[in-house]
Amino acid sequence: MNAPQTPHALHFMPSEGFRARSKAVVENPFLRQSFRGAMDFLMSKRAAQFPDAEELESLRTLGERIRQYNLAKLPDLLVQLETNLTRNGIQVHWAETPDEANAIILGICQKHSAKLMVKGKSMVSEEIELNHAAEAAGIGALESDMGEYIVQLAHEKPSHIIMPAIHKTKQEIAQLFADNVPGVDYTDNVDALIQIGRNVLRQKFLEADIGLSGVNFAVAETGTLCLVENEGNGRMCTTAPPVHIAITGIEKIVEKLEHVPPLLSLLTRSATGQNISTYFNMISSPRKPGEKDGPGEVHLVLLDNGRSQAYADEQLRKTLQCIRCGACMNHCPVYTRIGGHAYGTTYPGPIGKIISPHMLGLEATATMATASSLCGACGEVCPVKIPIPELLMRLREESFSEPHANPAMRGQGAGYSRLMTSIWRGWAAVYRSPALYGAVTWLGSRFGWLMPSKQGAWTSVRVPLKPAPKRLRDMLRERG
Amino acid sequence: MSSPKPETPRPSDVYFFATCVVDQFFPGAGMDAITLLEREGIRVHFPEEQTCCGQPAYTSGFPDQARKVATLQLTLFPNDWPVVVPSGSCAGMMKHHYPTLFAADPVRKAQAEALSVRIYEFTDFLVNVLNFKPEDSGSDCTVVLHTSCSARREMGVHLTGRKLLGDLGKVTVAQQDHESECCGFGGTFSVKQPEISGAMVEDKVKALKATGAERVVSADCGCLMNILGHAAWKDKQEGRATPSLPGEHIATFLLRRTAQ
Repeated sequence: MNAPQTPHALHFMPSEGFRARSKAVVENPFLRQSFRGAMDFLMSKRAAQFPDAEELESLRTLGERIRQYNLAKLPDLLVQLETNLTRNGIQVHWAETPDEANAIILGICQKHSAKLMVKGKSMVSEEIELNHAAEAAGIGALESDMGEYIVQLAHEKPSHIIMPAIHKTKQEIAQLFADNVPGVDYTDNVDALIQIGRNVLRQKFLEADIGLSGVNFAVAETGTLCLVENEGNGRMCTTAPPVHIAITGIEKIVEKLEHVPPLLSLLTRSATGQNISTYFNMISSPRKPGEKDGPGEVHLVLLDNGRSQAYADEQLRKTLQCIRCGACMNHCPVYTRIGGHAYGTTYPGPIGKIISPHMLGLEATATMATASSLCGACGEVCPVKIPIPELLMRLREESFSEPHANPAMRGQGAGYSRLMTSIWRGWAAVYRSPALYGAVTWLGSRFGWLMPSKQGAWTSVRVPLKPAPKRLRDMLRERG
Repeated sequence: MSSPKPETPRPSDVYFFATCVVDQFFPGAGMDAITLLEREGIRVHFPEEQTCCGQPAYTSGFPDQARKVATLQLTLFPNDWPVVVPSGSCAGMMKHHYPTLFAADPVRKAQAEALSVRIYEFTDFLVNVLNFKPEDSGSDCTVVLHTSCSARREMGVHLTGRKLLGDLGKVTVAQQDHESECCGFGGTFSVKQPEISGAMVEDKVKALKATGAERVVSADCGCLMNILGHAAWKDKQEGRATPSLPGEHIATFLLRRTAQ
């Protein structure tokens, strides 16, 4: 598995305009309040699921070990998974890039002369911009998860990996439905809105030629695809249409069925604060002879898209432990301030900052890692203990260091600046030398009043920094 | 990961690593911390060659520069005494990141590991090593405590500051909204992403003020620089002559409350 060579022309714009987009959100008091309320709700739901700190800690340790165990065996497990899926009658496809994944999926659609694909929630399908590719090929792609459906109606992208429409108010959703669903009058009654969505989608499940879904865990020893969901739409997508295509990243594998329950428990409790999701689907084959329902064909597309680059580095590999619960977003003070769209990537928030550079290259994502105070809230709640702050520091180093041969990441050195490097070199020259440090800080303390009243971004919301007239060392000397 | 070791014997001597922020911007906090330790009968040694733990470069993605600066600090504490640091953030750097920073250098890595076990955050040292029980000599007052993210999540010493304040009979500690949330400082984050950092500190100052506490205390001067800097800026914007949210290092507050 090689690192992807050519950047794919996807519609992501992470670095470009990140500051402008985040500024627009933080200056909007309504959005600020709305995100804060939503994240507070999700944090309290999770906290209620883990009243016992020791139990949580031991479960997180177990989750971390299961993920690390399976990642250590990943190449073998992929082969085992393919063998067992194939034996079960599920067709396996390998895609290195989003383009390849789209071509495989659209190829299957075209083979069946498909006109409509109905989709369960899948972030990997967002990652490859499948809807866009399907539309270009003349195939309708309809999102059936309520949040995704809302986002699709609004021609937007998900702003959260678990709650795609968390940025929308019920009034906005009511207006969207009134404007877009034929024969529907404006109502902001949530139950009524859900019924409207259900009625539209129910018909589409019956019409669809293809059902598409993601995968939460792929079990190598049994050749089973596990799917976690709450609305039942995932089960509809994977059973009603004649063909089911599942897509997932290559890292979502576990060797044994017994690895699933702890991860499932961590996932639902961390994500939505549920003991378990309403539905948990285990798909092990297409319809068998004599069975009355289920798709006649089941496919799995395994996508790399930069994951093998992360895999190749011992530290960066930890990124792939992720089970996509979104708890890092819910607890992130930065995500809470700016919401998901500001990031400009499929995966926003802390996990987005550490995984997107592998997918899109550091050229496009070099500044993302700087959007963190390294407060550690993400690492503290991560159910599989990904050391997110440590990885953010590593990404900063990869971005800002001088470009060199054989880098661990595509786009290494993309954020390199001679000036910034010189500044840090100068800083180190002063702070590694007691004499220079003494001289510089002495000058600072004597001439602190000369400090400018404007100190760049610092003074945009703070008074200027001014060294004290006497340093601690001066006070100690005077005291004797 | 928390450093408290109740069995740690009471030392006769300690080193004091002031941190560059305390040395240059909050020297009073450093003096007060030293005075408190001395009042407890401890001899406090301040190696004059000390500069900075190296964290600014380390967290900004410049580990080589951080390593150069950290190498100097490694040599400054030759005796087997505890090293007391009046900052959870800098203590976290020396305790938890030095061994990683020097992972490729066997000699310095061993030095870093030997130093790591001797690093104590100031409030942790007072509570868990000295068993310090402050006698409150002040009058009734309400304060609010801000704990740094490093103290909370890296050093695991978020309860010791609260305990010290709780032991002061006439001090009420107010509880702020979203207490465990970051103040938005994050070193260079505050200038690289000023809008987000600005929103975070704005919310933090609002939450602290909403408690009605007369002052904020913290064991980390980086956070104080950010929080007090924003509070003072807001006062200026809104034409207030007296600070609406004064604040100080917990050492200063403790020393004043326990003046004999």
